[in-house]
Amino acid sequence: MQLQVTNSPFTSEQAELLNKLLPTLTESQVNWLNGFLTFYRAGNVSAAVSELASGAVLEAPASAPAAAVVPQLPREATILFGSQTGNSQRLAGRLAEKLKGQGFEVTLSAMNKYKTNKLKETPYLFIVASTHGEGDPPDNAMTFYEFLNGKRAPKLEGTKFSVLALGDTSYEFFCKTGQDFDARLAELGAERIVDRVDCDVDFEDAAAGWLSAVSTAVTAAPAASQATAVAAPAAGAASAAAESEYTRANPFMAEVLENLNLNGRGADRETRHLEISLEGSGLTYAPGDAVGVYPQNDPSLVEEIIAVLNWNAEEAVPAGKAGETASLRTALTHHYEITVLTKPLLEKAVAFSGNAKLAELVKPDNKEELKAYMNGRDLLDLLRDFAPWTLKAQDVATLLRKLPPRLYSIASSLNAHPEEVHLTIRKVEYEAHGRERKGVCSVYTSERLQAGDKLPIFIQQNPNFKPPVNPDTPVIMVGPGTGVAPFRAFMEEREESGAAGKTWLFYGDRHFVTDFLYQTDWQRMLKDGVLSKLEVAFSRDSDEKVYVQHRMLEHGQELYKWLQDGAHVYVCGDEKHMAHDVQAAFISIIGQFGGKSPEEAAAYLSELQEQGRYQRDVY
Amino acid sequence: MAKTKVQPVGGPPSDVEHLKLESNYLRGSLVESLSNRITGGLPELDNRLLKFHGSYMQDDRDYRNEREKQKLEPYYQFMLRVVTPGGVSTPEQWLVMDELADKYGTGSLKLTTRQAFQLHGVLKWNLKKTIQEIHDAMLTTLAACGDVSRNVMCNPNPYQSDIHSEVFGWSQKLTSHLAPKTPAYHEIWLDGEKVVDSAEEQGEVEPIYGKVYLPRKFKIGIAVPPSNDVDVYSQDLGYIAIVEDGKLVGFNVCVGGGMGMTHGDTATYPQLAKVIGFVTPDQILDVAEKTVTIQRDYGNRSVRKYARFKYTIDRHGLDWFVDELHDRLGWELAPAREFNFEHTGDRYGWVKGKDGKWNLNLYVQGGRVVDSEGNKLRTALREIAKIHTGDFRLTANQNLVIANATAQKKTKIAAILKEHGVEEGTNYSALRRSAISCVALPTCGLAMAEAERYLPTLIEKLEPILEQAGLGDKEINIRMTGCPNGCGRPALGEISFIGKAQGKYNMYMGAGFSGDRLSKLYRENIGEDEIIGTLTPIINRYAAERNEGEHFGDFVIRAGYVKEVTDGTNFHE
Repeated sequence: MQLQVTNSPFTSEQAELLNKLLPTLTESQVNWLNGFLTFYRAGNVSAAVSELASGAVLEAPASAPAAAVVPQLPREATILFGSQTGNSQRLAGRLAEKLKGQGFEVTLSAMNKYKTNKLKETPYLFIVASTHGEGDPPDNAMTFYEFLNGKRAPKLEGTKFSVLALGDTSYEFFCKTGQDFDARLAELGAERIVDRVDCDVDFEDAAAGWLSAVSTAVTAAPAASQATAVAAPAAGAASAAAESEYTRANPFMAEVLENLNLNGRGADRETRHLEISLEGSGLTYAPGDAVGVYPQNDPSLVEEIIAVLNWNAEEAVPAGKAGETASLRTALTHHYEITVLTKPLLEKAVAFSGNAKLAELVKPDNKEELKAYMNGRDLLDLLRDFAPWTLKAQDVATLLRKLPPRLYSIASSLNAHPEEVHLTIRKVEYEAHGRERKGVCSVYTSERLQAGDKLPIFIQQNPNFKPPVNPDTPVIMVGPGTGVAPFRAFMEEREESGAAGKTWLFYGDRHFVTDFLYQTDWQRMLKDGVLSKLEVAFSRDSDEKVYVQHRMLEHGQELYKWLQDGAHVYVCGDEKHMAHDVQAAFISIIGQFGGKSPEEAAAYLSELQEQGRYQRDVY
Repeated sequence: MAKTKVQPVGGPPSDVEHLKLESNYLRGSLVESLSNRITGGLPELDNRLLKFHGSYMQDDRDYRNEREKQKLEPYYQFMLRVVTPGGVSTPEQWLVMDELADKYGTGSLKLTTRQAFQLHGVLKWNLKKTIQEIHDAMLTTLAACGDVSRNVMCNPNPYQSDIHSEVFGWSQKLTSHLAPKTPAYHEIWLDGEKVVDSAEEQGEVEPIYGKVYLPRKFKIGIAVPPSNDVDVYSQDLGYIAIVEDGKLVGFNVCVGGGMGMTHGDTATYPQLAKVIGFVTPDQILDVAEKTVTIQRDYGNRSVRKYARFKYTIDRHGLDWFVDELHDRLGWELAPAREFNFEHTGDRYGWVKGKDGKWNLNLYVQGGRVVDSEGNKLRTALREIAKIHTGDFRLTANQNLVIANATAQKKTKIAAILKEHGVEEGTNYSALRRSAISCVALPTCGLAMAEAERYLPTLIEKLEPILEQAGLGDKEINIRMTGCPNGCGRPALGEISFIGKAQGKYNMYMGAGFSGDRLSKLYRENIGEDEIIGTLTPIINRYAAERNEGEHFGDFVIRAGYVKEVTDGTNFHE
């Protein structure tokens, strides 16, 4: 509505001014003005402003409807900065001090150190960000910038925000990062309570203006009901308790949100970190649990198998549930195991092979030869080695096993990442019998699975690998390589729950620079005290190979003390060598520092095991 | 006459000042941080201290964002700078540095604009071993960086071998006289005994520096006219050798130069040192020490970007400084003597010294000693070091002089170079021969743009333009740095580029060919196309309209492209 002399008490000059001003006001500015006018009527301008600034305005008389009716947001504010040279950080710090002075509980963090799962809950979000180069965010804003602009950015309807942008007008993309944040936050539904301020190189005055505008606005801005914010976690908890319809037999087609290599450039190995969405599945899990993944076989291997017997790839064969069929190609890719040879498979294969050597090989007398043959060979080897074949495409259903799911220890806490599950998968590749061999699931996830793809999964509970119930119990974790995955889940859970007990992780791999899985997570947890101690062993960085058990022995005395103090021990990872060496190290430590014979030390460890204080998840 | 006592700058000391004070003479918690296995880096405070020990923590910035996503910390690595006064090292020392580059570094050596060696890419776990091996070769990294007097530069003059050996001797004496005396270096790196004595408690550990060292780095260089290769006016304290009747009679003293500035802050600027008088050789240590103590007492300890000696002098005035210096010396400098600088660039090729020994000034692109396709420079120099009986001299232009070779070795050296496809430098274009660039990306944390990796490409594109204009043999000093801190002394380039963002540079022109005038900003924030588009008509006009012997830097002022900078304080005007 346009104010006119005819429809208002204002002069035409006043009306014109108001008409100019009013449409530009945000909702919060209108509210603020409302409160201000109440004071203005009562006293003078400076009193009104200082009252508003000190936060007292919400006690205003009932005649200030906006202020009186709407309950105030929780006095919590999150201030995130993206800073290259430290200016943004310093300004963010100043705002933090200011808001603390106004009674706010303030979370102040570099963007890349901020746990984004908290974002949705924050009633007030303030961003101070500089821009670099050709409109680029600072390094420590990069991940947050991408997160916020990505598909996983949460809706922020309950959030009020403002952005302070730092830049240099001599650059083409002046303050672009701040502008992007500002636009994106609005797009996500957040409410801008103070307009963005773009600062040039001499930013002090403009920044100070923004700081005081924000300080005034938070006291004046009433907000959506607090109940909404509280209700969200409760709803989450409720759905978590519900049973999911998805099981091993009926896996959930989960969207892959992220699939990245944890090993740095130059590494001689590859470990995938998968972030998978559980949204809509009702699936829940606890630390220590695993995820079952149904992988796909290597398409080139499938084609070779089909070619070696001159089969028709499109022929329908039994696959999947009883009575269902699929093309041979699909069946061999999705339904049947083709990378492993088993005794029953070879025994059944005799009937289809015209080669007497196969019948010979499966005779009970040749058990060792059979074992040696099967080791490291696959279906393609079998078909090549024992021609001629009478095997028909239809026979695969008889001959082959169903493709089994692969289990991976979960590397995330559901509380830290609601509706997500993270996996840590090391790519397995090796050469055997003159051919390159590929781990089915690890190579599938490394080479062919992309963010946005769907992956059939289910949750496999593991009640035998559970953190202590008592939050004060000390925890010792030994998890070299991908064995560290469940400990990320343990520790993330503790980050959320605030468990107070001491924690000690032993981690190892080949090279520090490239192979330190989840390094920055551990560093954060150490800094925050969630992880009390971390020992690392990188076997290929020095002339002498150092493994986790060596680090354990170095700290034998203290480890024994932890055991005596009731610590729970968890070991995860390679069974063949690591788990054995670690067990030997424990026995040696218990013997040495407990004054026990090797037998007594072994008995001590067995007793721990029986008490559930020595748990292993080894493979 | 009663003098007004000048007060040092007020304002609370900066964080770094507190850090130095609390570091217990540069120890800090370095020992503990170096043994922390969880990170390949150091906490900020120890990293600050590490600089005094000759090393900077860096990370490979090409990998930084990628690694952050991978939940890996930045690829932390350390640059180690080795102090070689006057840039002189023995063949044995060359071989050690060469070996260390492979063993712990990235397989190449950087020869810096201050005649020092740099190793890049040393991991934290290898720092101590590397420093020990450097020490065993009678070299040190102590005070290669940090708020102290750095590696003292000197002209590697192959023409006047007798003068060089004298001047070089003074650069060594200056370096060692001003070296920090704290035992921390020995304790931390060389497993020396921890020395706690009463001197430490009485504050006599550092008789020159005291507990907080200098407010900022301090640079000293000695030039031997007619060459001003060390850019003596860019030094905090410069000495200009005065040779009369073939004998070194002393040095003119100049003070208050410096290159660094901060983008967007016109209170920071490059400045040229000013000549204040003449001293005899035996007086130069005293002058250096007293100058350093004046900066120690009067330099700005509140804001680091205003802390360099040039600002101290500009703030209080040159007269004040000279008075203060005279006071502290207890005697006065003599009037400056006549001298003449002709150039700053290196003179490539073989030259016979007065002592009959041969010297080869060899072009090293960007100061990077590395093997490349068809040009096995590093291997060649290694082979030469194995047979050479003279010495190696790093020049201030990031090049190398293979010095003091006998006639017989000269032949062998030439053969080795030829065999490895190494050109002496005379065949390169004059522009390329006169180029300087700093390291910049990917390792330097300050860089905003490429320098060493990009300047050769830019030169390649400028060469045909110069060639076509008939200027292929015309020396024009061209310099590029990735940031305005000035490691490549860009404000003294006739054409220079200071990085602002990836692919974007501020372009400056008009510096004096002999290093006696600063350049001036001509274009801001331009990329390659604009650089070439801007320079081409200027080059063509220079070719057509230049006076006899007129240098490019002089021409662009006469032709009105840029205003002459008469003093650092009007650099931004």
